[in-house]
Amino acid sequence: MSDSPDSTKVPIAVRVWRGTPAGGAFEAFEVPQQSSQTILDVVTWIQRHLDASLSYRFACRVGMCGSCAMMVNGIPRWTCRTHVNKVMRDNRLTIEPLRNLPVIKDLACDMSEFFDKWKDSKGYFQGSTTRHESVSTLSPNSPQRRVADAATECINCAICYASCDVVNWNRDYLGPAALNRAWSLQNDERDSASRERLSLVAGDAGCHQCHSQQGCATYCPNELNPTASIAGLKRMVARAYVRGNIDRDGRKRNA
Amino acid sequence: MKAHRRQPLYLAFLLHRLSGLGLALFLPFHFYVLALALESNAEFDQFLHWSASPLVKFAESGLVFLLAIHLFGGLRLLVLENLPWSDAHKNYAAMALAGGFFVACGFLLRAF
Repeated sequence: MSDSPDSTKVPIAVRVWRGTPAGGAFEAFEVPQQSSQTILDVVTWIQRHLDASLSYRFACRVGMCGSCAMMVNGIPRWTCRTHVNKVMRDNRLTIEPLRNLPVIKDLACDMSEFFDKWKDSKGYFQGSTTRHESVSTLSPNSPQRRVADAATECINCAICYASCDVVNWNRDYLGPAALNRAWSLQNDERDSASRERLSLVAGDAGCHQCHSQQGCATYCPNELNPTASIAGLKRMVARAYVRGNIDRDGRKRNA
Repeated sequence: MKAHRRQPLYLAFLLHRLSGLGLALFLPFHFYVLALALESNAEFDQFLHWSASPLVKFAESGLVFLLAIHLFGGLRLLVLENLPWSDAHKNYAAMALAGGFFVACGFLLRAF
């Protein structure tokens, strides 16, 4: 964080949502402008200089950990890599907790449901070999590996989850991040849970719920495209259905 | 409109939904007119006379716009979901909108 406030510039008028699951309201603060100032710098400045009780979450401050995402002027953003001068409008900032997730306090959300949905869609690698067998050889240039790699750099920030209207409409919907992860694993030649995972993502809360609004792809800070991954899953499910490998209700037919 | 929705492909989604809703609302009226053709020649002739007025023709071009935009938007979604991914979906959405206007304007020119 830069510690050199620019006294020649007008302070930023910041509205920060304060509250608990029981309810809350916006609170106004004035924060001095600094060079190369990020939204996370603004929130940190408020906590250090104006109100030590402000709660928020961050860890790495370099766009790796995915823990500092918040709504900034109505749009979900990774606050540690979002510069104030890129998003400030009329010298004003409105900072809220991420949409579509329950609030713990102030700007900190409960991410449990987000990560539970990763588990629900079997968003983890399941190998079939042991340490006694030779290491798999994968070509980084194979079409399948390229598809898997394109979806693999997710930092779990939940920005896509916050930007998705379908998550808001259907609380069971697995969401863009979990489905993107599933697509990446479906294209991993070493994974052995492909059929089981496909049946999970084909259910009522799965890939077919997506309306392709592409807010996830628009706001993903790592420029991933969950909509493309979900479209891939839809095609994969359709093929499996035609070949009789999956039931209409999404449950696996053949063990 | 909420800030996170202000992006072209959300507008494409919204237009597709609203055009579908408009067509769904029109459909009962459409069936009613078809029923008139079968059941009452006099009333149907009266309707044809009414529908030849400029204002109705103009409104009809709006209906054609809804139909065309819904058709082209639906084709875009079929492409999105069934063909290998393309990064040109904003262009496709713009083309669907332009196509809708083109067809509606063509109808309007022929109507007068």
